[in-house]
Amino acid sequence: MASPAPGGAPHPYIPATEADRARMLERVGVDDLDALFADLPAAMRDPTIDLPPALTEPELIALLEERAGENAGASQPNFLGAGAYRRSIPAVAAHLTSRSEFVTAYTPYQPEISQGTLQSAFEYQSVVCELTGMNVSNTGLYDVASATAEACLLATRATRRGAVALLEPIHPGTIEVVRTYTRGAGLRVDILTSVDAVSEEHACLVVQQPDFLGAIVDLEPLAEAAHASGVLLVTVADPFALGLLRSPGDAGADIVTGEGRDLAGAPAFGGPSLGLFAARTPFMRQMPGRIVGRTQELHEPPEGGEPRTGYVLTLQAREQFIRRERATSNVSTAQSLIALAFTITVQALGPQGLREAAELCYQRAHDAAARIAALPGYETPDRGPWFQEFLVRGPVPTAELAQRLRERGIGPGLDVSSRVEPEAQDALLFAVTEATPDAHVDALVEALAAIEADA
Amino acid sequence: MSALRPGGEDFGARLSFDRGGPGRRAVDVPAWTGKATPLPDAHLLRDSLRLPELSQGELVRYYTALSARNYGIDSGTYPLGSCTMKYNPKVDDLVASLPGFAAAHPQAPAEDAQGTLRTLLELRRGLAEATGLPAVSLAPAAGAQGELAGVLMITRALEDRGELEKRRRILVPDSAHGTNPATAAMAGFTVTQIPTAADGSLDRATIEQELDESVAAVMVTAPNTLGLWEQGIEEVAGLIHDAGAYLYGDGANFNAIMGRVRYGDLGFDVVHLNLHKSFSTPHGGGGPGAGPVCCSEELAPYLPTPVVDECEDGVVRLTAPERSIGQLQQFHGNVGVLIRAYAYMRALGLEGLRAVSGQAVLNANYLRVLLHGYYDLPYDRPVLHEVVFSGSRQRRANGVRTYDIAKRLIDHGFHPPTVYFPLIVEEALMMEPTETEPPEAIEALAEAMVAIAEEAERDPDTLHAAPLTAPIGRLDEAKAARRPVLRWQEAEAEE
Repeated sequence: MASPAPGGAPHPYIPATEADRARMLERVGVDDLDALFADLPAAMRDPTIDLPPALTEPELIALLEERAGENAGASQPNFLGAGAYRRSIPAVAAHLTSRSEFVTAYTPYQPEISQGTLQSAFEYQSVVCELTGMNVSNTGLYDVASATAEACLLATRATRRGAVALLEPIHPGTIEVVRTYTRGAGLRVDILTSVDAVSEEHACLVVQQPDFLGAIVDLEPLAEAAHASGVLLVTVADPFALGLLRSPGDAGADIVTGEGRDLAGAPAFGGPSLGLFAARTPFMRQMPGRIVGRTQELHEPPEGGEPRTGYVLTLQAREQFIRRERATSNVSTAQSLIALAFTITVQALGPQGLREAAELCYQRAHDAAARIAALPGYETPDRGPWFQEFLVRGPVPTAELAQRLRERGIGPGLDVSSRVEPEAQDALLFAVTEATPDAHVDALVEALAAIEADA
Repeated sequence: MSALRPGGEDFGARLSFDRGGPGRRAVDVPAWTGKATPLPDAHLLRDSLRLPELSQGELVRYYTALSARNYGIDSGTYPLGSCTMKYNPKVDDLVASLPGFAAAHPQAPAEDAQGTLRTLLELRRGLAEATGLPAVSLAPAAGAQGELAGVLMITRALEDRGELEKRRRILVPDSAHGTNPATAAMAGFTVTQIPTAADGSLDRATIEQELDESVAAVMVTAPNTLGLWEQGIEEVAGLIHDAGAYLYGDGANFNAIMGRVRYGDLGFDVVHLNLHKSFSTPHGGGGPGAGPVCCSEELAPYLPTPVVDECEDGVVRLTAPERSIGQLQQFHGNVGVLIRAYAYMRALGLEGLRAVSGQAVLNANYLRVLLHGYYDLPYDRPVLHEVVFSGSRQRRANGVRTYDIAKRLIDHGFHPPTVYFPLIVEEALMMEPTETEPPEAIEALAEAMVAIAEEAERDPDTLHAAPLTAPIGRLDEAKAARRPVLRWQEAEAEE
């Protein structure tokens, strides 16, 4: 509990003291604060509200440290992936992203004093275009699934078709969000198990790369099949894997979305996230979200010389605050600061580092899978080339295997045994990345061996 | 000025891609020393990747220089109307980054994430109390996504009532944020605009006239974007309900009324809040934010998934409401932002929240009286959290536009107000000082505005040229849109 000094400021966040307030009230010409709320209905004013008492800063830190401690610790081995992966984040990313000029700025409506945000966003767009092989990127949407839903809405606007197709295996969350977002427009959402089912009714075919069960997808034949029916290819790509894999644009994709959170920081229970969204030039004016463009000063600088280069929000005629009910999307505030962290991580790694990190991830995951496959009683069903996630079938049913791993202090992979793919039957989906400690993999292999011995 | 214009160079012309040199790197990556697995077939792999090559120091200097070309609430007063740019407590960042919160995997079993989940549960309960709306989903990532959730909830409720076919219209005031009509359209409704009456409130006669069986909902921003309370909104709510429609509340301006009146008590059915406004989570130059949606018992079954619930076994879990509109994101929303908002709520308590709204409203009125007479005030009456002036007098008399006034304010060291919004005010200057500005800062802001009004009469050319002291001058926005250059690869190809 706080103990404000009599007559002092009511709270460290609110500077006006009682004397300040008295002076201001007098100038405004009212007797007290309540008078300023006279328009509010008297019968409903100042209701009883049951909130816990205020805490001082040390009390607040103590409470939340205790809470954070109630989560399973970061040091506990954990092999969950399925859309969120532990990555090695360079220290410079968190350091630079925490600079308060970035953190405490609003959307850059005034470019003259927002070049930090704007030029960084242009860097982000450049990085996303390079990774995805697209021509235009926005400054980022909420997360991968809502970005993919926006891609479906763009595709239906561009093709004037009333259905979208999503190809399995795809993250179930993506399917859910596409359904939520397309309900208003009355679109049909088809979940395909084969590309052969794509037809001229579909605006787009949505394909995840790597797919939900970890396999690397050969996008080119899918692009050809889609384009043959006038269907746009939307690729939901892991930007980290794109350090190694062929860019979706090169393989024929028309729109690329992705999740940027893992390259920005810790999983943090899933958010803040970052939805990558990039497309080919013909869709530029149909894009959702903010876009930053490069331009010049209108006048020469006061000290002379040529007009200098700067950055502004552009192509705003698409956006809600101008176009209102005819906007391409309702999005306004999105995930700028996460986009900044993503950009700095990718740029700190650079072209060599990103490739090396992706290859390290690939090697570590394959090594772990090989060690597990070599254990008696275990197999890792083969679905072709894969990146960082693999299926594991054990000597006991999946629920029991997961439970026994938990009892040994190991977070198991996701139970995918209820999925339709035959390789997923009786399997858990494990993720191993470049950031998974060796000791965690050793502990997993040891625990699996012990479970088999007990079975 | 060296940080702002390093070496006097045209700083914006050289991106990170144009700096450093081949072979430099900012971080290294461990080598793989185990048995090597062959890489997939070459046609699945990338053959080129063009990214900057900078040493760590170069990268840090580049982004540090960029940060110096930015203005945040930590830099100074930021009276950006409708955006509630108040001081962001640093302890909120600290607690949200605690390792236990940071490491939680979104698919972890509830038992492994009780610390995060209990924090979210208590935030949910606090928001329900503060809004008077019993059911809450914390999932929406921002206000606009909260709006979409709310309107889709109404859609689903109408569907269950068998009335969705006939109720195809949503009424939106002409003073609303652009996200309101954009959201209504995204959810498949047509928008009917409601004019603002002469006193700045909703035109009641038009609402009564428009309310019929074709109306699904009325979207109302309360307090509205003129900084005014919608007097009689509780009666309007009754009319809307009698007509079988729902009252949607845009809670962007909740800061003005926290602890003083509750949306639920007034008859709102569903409301979204912007935690990056009222609950002071940092805006990050355009997010991440959080836009929780709060609703009545009637609409609770339709809330987006997930909702945080305490189960009978005492474990807090994420659940899916019975008739949920579905998920809005792959996972559970901007959890880090929600933890910050919880910390803010706990630091203030009820008395603190009341002090916030009280001081925010007093500060806006203080600014109103300090500038009275210098700028036109189309709705000349006491306000709540913000005050909307008009630069039309300066435009008529001196050919100075609101745009010029805003830019000149930068030279005085302030972030400009929101301009040309709401659309119903000519040459609008929308100012929201918030409760975290001390009186001296408001006085200094007013003095600068007065000086600019005087300068407009004396030397309008200086205003047309402003800002003169910013890291960069006015930019050619028309050129940017006419010939878009949207990535380094294009800028490079041009050179």
